[in-house]
Amino acid sequence: MRVELSGGQILVECLKAEGVEAVFGYPGGAVLHIYDALFQQEAVKHVLVRHEQGAVHMADGYARATGKPGVVLVTSGPGATNAVTGIATAYMDSIPMVVITGQVPTHLIGNDAFQEVDNVGITRPCVKHNFLVKNVNDLAQTMKKAFYIATTGRPGPVVVDIPKDVVDPKVLVPFTYPETVALRSYHPTVKGHTGQIRKAIDLIVNAERPMVYTGGGVVLGRASELLTQFTRLLNYPITNTLMGLGAYPASDRQFLGMLGMHGTYEANMAMHHCDVLIAIGARFDDRVTGNLAKFCPTAKIIHVDIDPASISKNVIVDVPIVGSVKSVLEDMLPLIADAGGAKQPEALAAWWKQIEQWRAMRCLDFKTNGEIIKPQYVVQKLWEITQGDAYVTSDVGQHQMWAAQYYGFDKPNRWINSGGLGTMGFGLPAALGVKYAYPDEEVVCVTGEGSIQMCIQELSTALQYHLPVKVVSLNNRYLGMVRQWQEFFYSGRYAMSYMEALPDFVKLAESYGHVGMRIEKASDVEGALREAFAMKDRLVFMDFQTDPTENVFPMVPAGAGLNEMILV
Amino acid sequence: MTMRHIISILMENEAGALSRVAGLFSARGYNIESLCVAPTHDATLSRMTLVTHGDDQIIEQIIKQLNKLIDVVKVQDMVDAPHIERELMLIKVQAVETSREEVYRLAEIFRGQIIDVSESSYTIQMIGPGHKLDAFLAALGSISVVEIVRSGALGIARGPRGMAVPEA
Repeated sequence: MRVELSGGQILVECLKAEGVEAVFGYPGGAVLHIYDALFQQEAVKHVLVRHEQGAVHMADGYARATGKPGVVLVTSGPGATNAVTGIATAYMDSIPMVVITGQVPTHLIGNDAFQEVDNVGITRPCVKHNFLVKNVNDLAQTMKKAFYIATTGRPGPVVVDIPKDVVDPKVLVPFTYPETVALRSYHPTVKGHTGQIRKAIDLIVNAERPMVYTGGGVVLGRASELLTQFTRLLNYPITNTLMGLGAYPASDRQFLGMLGMHGTYEANMAMHHCDVLIAIGARFDDRVTGNLAKFCPTAKIIHVDIDPASISKNVIVDVPIVGSVKSVLEDMLPLIADAGGAKQPEALAAWWKQIEQWRAMRCLDFKTNGEIIKPQYVVQKLWEITQGDAYVTSDVGQHQMWAAQYYGFDKPNRWINSGGLGTMGFGLPAALGVKYAYPDEEVVCVTGEGSIQMCIQELSTALQYHLPVKVVSLNNRYLGMVRQWQEFFYSGRYAMSYMEALPDFVKLAESYGHVGMRIEKASDVEGALREAFAMKDRLVFMDFQTDPTENVFPMVPAGAGLNEMILV
Repeated sequence: MTMRHIISILMENEAGALSRVAGLFSARGYNIESLCVAPTHDATLSRMTLVTHGDDQIIEQIIKQLNKLIDVVKVQDMVDAPHIERELMLIKVQAVETSREEVYRLAEIFRGQIIDVSESSYTIQMIGPGHKLDAFLAALGSISVVEIVRSGALGIARGPRGMAVPEA
């Protein structure tokens, strides 16, 4: 049967065919036809945000929690430019996403028309790929390609820019959604090279001081169970990057905590002294390596990554393996078993003994001080009360590091933060996206009074769509991470890091129709958290008045090696 | 060690493909000495030839990053194998009195062609690898140059094989 549809209807049919549950967006002139088509059906829901940046972060949170691509719909011009921060955030963390941007009609493109910007040009450096659809007959094929590119290989955001006349309801064209897509210029490698895997296995089983270092690739690649099997089979120590937390259970003895600038002493020291480094789905980011010249001086390095461009970009490696983490680990497990597992039990025992000595430094211990609320304590209590099982999003700064350090994630996809771009304003909308996907799960946004104000308008979206997340704001009246660097490296000249004229967050939450709480004493922290989490169907904004002088430790200062940490 | 590389790129002949490559180079701080792009016998493909400098690690990254662009079908570093490099240069020089004869002779020696003549100038067309064109410019000595237009280098591998397009 020949079906004829308008561009707007085709777009909706494409979203249905891709199994899209909801679109996060904001209407405007150039997308009115699309909104009209969305309005006339029930299958694809729409979440109306309050700012386009919020829409992208919501779709991002949804994608990070579910593994499914997030979908965004915004109008041309400012709608698209407002979305750019969110798109760049998703790009840096390799999050699958399809962003549909409206565009002025094709005959006006290039004329400086009302609400016209070059969306394809502006987003080019921060997308995996983008398209301008100039003909309605290309729309279905382009959408198919967009979802395919966004979700395969190293995932990432794809922008589809659609001029208004392409979705004209008066123009009907035949529609079929392509079942398959093939691109001669895009062939992501999934299976690792057998010879390279064998070389890696030889190094792995013969290691005397091994270290497993894994990143966001394991979470995105859904390989956390395989990683756990791999690490336990060998009894090797493991660390996760900020993006990789939860890929290996934090409560396990073999887990040394996060590594890098605010990583644990034991993780960083083990990195520095290891003889074989097994890097899986991680990209040797500068916040992880510290000074490259001093990085892992005695290690042979194996690097498994789906993106060949990530390999030997910052650190030259000895055994590169291009492939999906899942496929490579599947290939490795039987080979390790065939080899009889780790071959240096005595050296490994000595290595563990050394690691336990480093661990005994208890680098994450912190001093309490009467009734002053320590931010770390709030996160510890949050972990207890949610039994370590909540989805936790964060914004960016000190609170983000404390959440990463003190909320031990035992499962993947539960820790959701902007690691690469470091986008303040991410936490609240991302939490709403997670809650939309999993209405029965506990979702918490750990934030600060600086970050929360960058996307606070989404409290309104939360009410409209009944997304009762919990907001834990560690309010120290400072842009804490900026303040910390100014204390350490600028002789305490606190330029613009003190926040004056803060709103009354309790009243603010209430005015948005939610519950607000201010907590000023350490002895009230636990009770307040219990009270908040007992309100299952309310968004509760908890404004914790925390110690303004607290700093994030341990710390590897810029330019130092991982073995040169400041502990307190 | 920094070396000169000629990188050939086959890419989808689509709007914006050139800016993806140019944007990649500027965003990542790679240098472009010259860039040349035109359609091929397959109308769906453009071929770009790009000359850049870098050590092995940088060149490896450039090739990987180019391959990562969705529109890029194939990338080859010409310097990896025997190849031919050619560049076209059009050069307008002042040619008066004694220098008229001198320019004419130099053009002959370098196998250039004089393609336009005026009372006071010659325009010479010259084809060759970049270093030959540079040598000609050096040989001009005190003769005054009015204008130079260079196409940027083109490269093609020696032997029967061409740059193959992988199947979709």
